[in-house]
Amino acid sequence: MAEEAHGAEEGGLVFHPMDQFIVKPLFGDGAVGMFTVTNVTLWMAITVLCIVALLVLGTSRRATIPSRTQSVAELAYGFIYKMVEDVAGKDAIPYFPAVMTLFMFIVFSNFLGLLPMSFTTTSHIAVTAVLAMAVFLFVTLLGFWKHGLSFLGIFWITSAPLVLRPILALIEIISYFVRPLSHSIRLAGNMMAGHAVIKVFAAFAAVLAISPFAIVAITAIYALEVLVSFIQAYVFAILTCVYLKDAVSDPHH
Amino acid sequence: MATETTTAELGHGSGLPETAAEAPGMPQLDFSTFSNQIFWLVITMIVIYFVLSRIALPRIGSVLADRQGAITNDIAAAEDLKQKAVEAEAAYNQALIDARAEASRIVEDAKAGIKADLDKAIAVADAEIAAKSAEAEKAIGAIRASASESAAEVAKDIAKDIVAAVAPGKIDAKSITAAVTAKIKG
Amino acid sequence: MEGDIVQMGAYIGAGLACTGMGGAAVGVGHVVGNFLSGALRNPSAAAGQTATMFIGIAFAEALGIFSFLVALLLMFAV
Repeated sequence: MAEEAHGAEEGGLVFHPMDQFIVKPLFGDGAVGMFTVTNVTLWMAITVLCIVALLVLGTSRRATIPSRTQSVAELAYGFIYKMVEDVAGKDAIPYFPAVMTLFMFIVFSNFLGLLPMSFTTTSHIAVTAVLAMAVFLFVTLLGFWKHGLSFLGIFWITSAPLVLRPILALIEIISYFVRPLSHSIRLAGNMMAGHAVIKVFAAFAAVLAISPFAIVAITAIYALEVLVSFIQAYVFAILTCVYLKDAVSDPHH
Repeated sequence: MATETTTAELGHGSGLPETAAEAPGMPQLDFSTFSNQIFWLVITMIVIYFVLSRIALPRIGSVLADRQGAITNDIAAAEDLKQKAVEAEAAYNQALIDARAEASRIVEDAKAGIKADLDKAIAVADAEIAAKSAEAEKAIGAIRASASESAAEVAKDIAKDIVAAVAPGKIDAKSITAAVTAKIKG
Repeated sequence: MEGDIVQMGAYIGAGLACTGMGGAAVGVGHVVGNFLSGALRNPSAAAGQTATMFIGIAFAEALGIFSFLVALLLMFAV
């Protein structure tokens, strides 16, 4: 009602900040089934192509003195490798490709989502929840596989007084199971929020009186979003490393 | 109302008119698209994982290892060359010292040789000078002798002439000569 | 008319939920500010703790994102 009234008054001030997240079939106009080729497919494919271009084609010369693309690829490699080593420990090095996969996918999805008219795959809870659940299940299974039932020791804080331990164990268990929720919603929420805010300001830009302000605001928020895109990918990867550390390191220490 | 408009649009956009009334306003909560997203996400992740773990990461890792190796080798080579340079400098300094010693030796030799030559030449010259001066001495002696002889002759002649002029015939030549000779000698 | 009141309640709730994001902002600012003051006291140790700072930011921010999510749900899903 409010929108309609506005629309009538201002001559086209319409808010559809969430329309950019709609999953549409790429060909035709049918229902979205499981195997339908949608804009999700398109943008994930573009993500894959970008990753291949950077990490495979960019390094194809194997130059000792790297080109720019190769430098970026090596930078990303060194960045994630060091993160895994520092945060999760040396025992987690075998899982470095998995962390790298997550990081590269998220960072490229986030950046590609910033292109105008694009679709941000990581703004969907379905996507991030699958990633977070995969990390959660992987870490939990890995912990039980490595340490057996003593993996449950991460909930039993031996450094705390005995009286507090059951309470702490309860808190730890709750926070353990909230992990995939916060892990996924953080990424999707950040992406969704930033894009929706940009869209809202874009709608304001249609009003002549405030359009300069709106355009400046879009620029500023866009810059913030570039930063957030990277930081969220970084945070996702580093939290994966933190969770991995629980699984690979000794639970009693 | 606003929600309804949005959902109506959504339903139209996603081609699901039958769920339009109930579909949530957030596309993120449209569960009918979840299976699609999850399916494509899983495929994407598998593709990326295999590309990274089979091709990209080993390659980048080996490039980085190569570079590390190259740097280590280069540093070792540089260390080697530095050592060689130090050695070369030492050898150079040694050669310089040797050359200086050799040079001073040659100078000494040359000095000694020149001195010997000089001494010899001086000796020869001395000998020559001595010979020459002896000869000159002799010549002077001869000249001196002949000069006194002729002076005596001249004196006798003059004495004879004087005597003849003063007292002609009274004193003979013999006694004049004897007297002059005695006078010259005395 | 009844629907309008429900709508109104949902929108007011969404607005109230957004105040939670202010809490997240305070939290994130607190984390970074304390990190910075610690880092200026001991700059040599700062580089190793950047990752810890980001983890802290992530945890603080997650709760703000939750409140944002609640707002969105009230706006669009209720």
